[in-house]
Amino acid sequence: MIEIKNLKKVWEDGTSVLEDINLTIEDGDIYALVGRSGAGKSTLLRCINGLTSYQEGSLMVDGCEIKNMKEKELREFRRHVGMIFQQFSLLERETVYQNIALPMQCWKYSKEEIDKKVKSLLELVGLTDKMNVRPRNLSGGQKQRVAVARALTMDPKILLCDEATSALDPKTTNSILDLLMEINQKIGITIVIVTHQMEVVRKACNKACILEHGKIADEGTVKEIFIRQPESLQRLLGEERLQLPQTGHNIQIAHLVNGIQDGEFFGKMSKDLHYVFPILNGQIQEYQGDKMGIFVINVDDEHLEQVEQYLDKKNMNWHELHANMAEKDEEGEE
Amino acid sequence: MALKNYTFLQICQMLIAPAIVATLKMLVISSVLSTFFGFFIGVALIVTEKGGLCENIVVNRVLDFIVNMIRSFPFIILMISIIPFTRLVVGTSIGETAALVPLTVACTPFMGRIFQNSFKEIDPALIEAAQSFGASKTQIVVKVMLKEAVPSIISGLCLGVINLLSATAMAGAIGAGGLGAVALTYGYQNFNQKIMYSIVVVLIVLVAFIQYFGDWIYKKLK
Repeated sequence: MIEIKNLKKVWEDGTSVLEDINLTIEDGDIYALVGRSGAGKSTLLRCINGLTSYQEGSLMVDGCEIKNMKEKELREFRRHVGMIFQQFSLLERETVYQNIALPMQCWKYSKEEIDKKVKSLLELVGLTDKMNVRPRNLSGGQKQRVAVARALTMDPKILLCDEATSALDPKTTNSILDLLMEINQKIGITIVIVTHQMEVVRKACNKACILEHGKIADEGTVKEIFIRQPESLQRLLGEERLQLPQTGHNIQIAHLVNGIQDGEFFGKMSKDLHYVFPILNGQIQEYQGDKMGIFVINVDDEHLEQVEQYLDKKNMNWHELHANMAEKDEEGEE
Repeated sequence: MALKNYTFLQICQMLIAPAIVATLKMLVISSVLSTFFGFFIGVALIVTEKGGLCENIVVNRVLDFIVNMIRSFPFIILMISIIPFTRLVVGTSIGETAALVPLTVACTPFMGRIFQNSFKEIDPALIEAAQSFGASKTQIVVKVMLKEAVPSIISGLCLGVINLLSATAMAGAIGAGGLGAVALTYGYQNFNQKIMYSIVVVLIVLVAFIQYFGDWIYKKLK
């Protein structure tokens, strides 16, 4: 379990990177740290395995305070925390096998142990046939698989992923996420993912934390956050958001798809209320296997209350979207 | 007996062949020594710099200054000014052995820079990755930085060795033999163009050989 309390980090020149960070990551979670570049998410990730220090607050991993660890303890601790990177960080002059074996060599495991472990990991990531190939002859996805295997050599309890899928195309991203979810299921490893890709959060993570300017803007389970659609999330979604009309009220409805046809729901609603409204957007997104429909409808002033009551009666998650959000957003950009 | 009484072949046997041996001896020994010391200087420069593995700005600045200082000396001046040091180390200030000291001293900072530059090109994320699985600093230097930088180090060392070759030519000034000394005394000062230019040809062949050999290893390792 990773417990972060009132964590604060300041750069040498005095600028604050992280402030008031409070969060708990349970064992077996796939936890997403999301935010724009510069929000401090990668820095927070590096605090977890002590690659960077923090000035105030506490960060406990299984009851041990990272800040208090000496160099040697920290090295020992890092054996149990794997990490993968955006640019894969593999040794270009070594073969896949040697790359995966490196951490165990550093910790002086016997040759037989290393061989056994490396081969089983190669099987897990599906690269047994590429054992003696150098990374430069591999595709991006294959390289990241090698990095995952390398991170798993010493049976870590935690796997940190720093923008691990950002350099990959969507299909490869999915295959890497499938792999991460598979190892999460198989060995119950806790995974912390830093990303700016919302698809990654939706597909793989059960909990998420949105960081804005070094502070936590929102936190919770992924489904709950996406249903609630807080402003911080909407700012993050940025391009995914559609241009909303300035007139009337734009209402977003989110619900888990469970057999009811969504088209029918709106048809029924229209009939019940004797009111025809435009559907501006509708999509079905996947959250760790569950499907959720997200729709945006436009309602005029006159019918607003009626529609709101109807939605509440049907136990729908809804909230109003503000059309001018886009402008506000641009001001916030540095 | 005057030089013109000898055939060219005899001159080759008596003068040029031993000079090649002397030059190669100086070259090989001082290359090995300066590469060895240069490695430590390069590592020290890279790990003490800002954001390095053992950040220490003071040590870095001092080392950087010393390296720059030695590199600014023209070799002939350096050779003369460190004569007391040379005498201290090898017990004499003239001859081939004595020339090894200034050659090594002059080339070590150069080799140090070559190591430093090659290490600099390594992706910092790679070092971070090694730290993330708990590699020690020594392991990071040897198993990650050195291993990844080897091709670039080889091509840099090649430059250093060729630099050394031209420096050995000046070692004649303190009584060391070698191609440079022969070209100067028997060729230039004796108005014997045949000797002078044959030595130039030998030097060209040597330089070309070192360069091709370096390139070949580079390609092999890359």
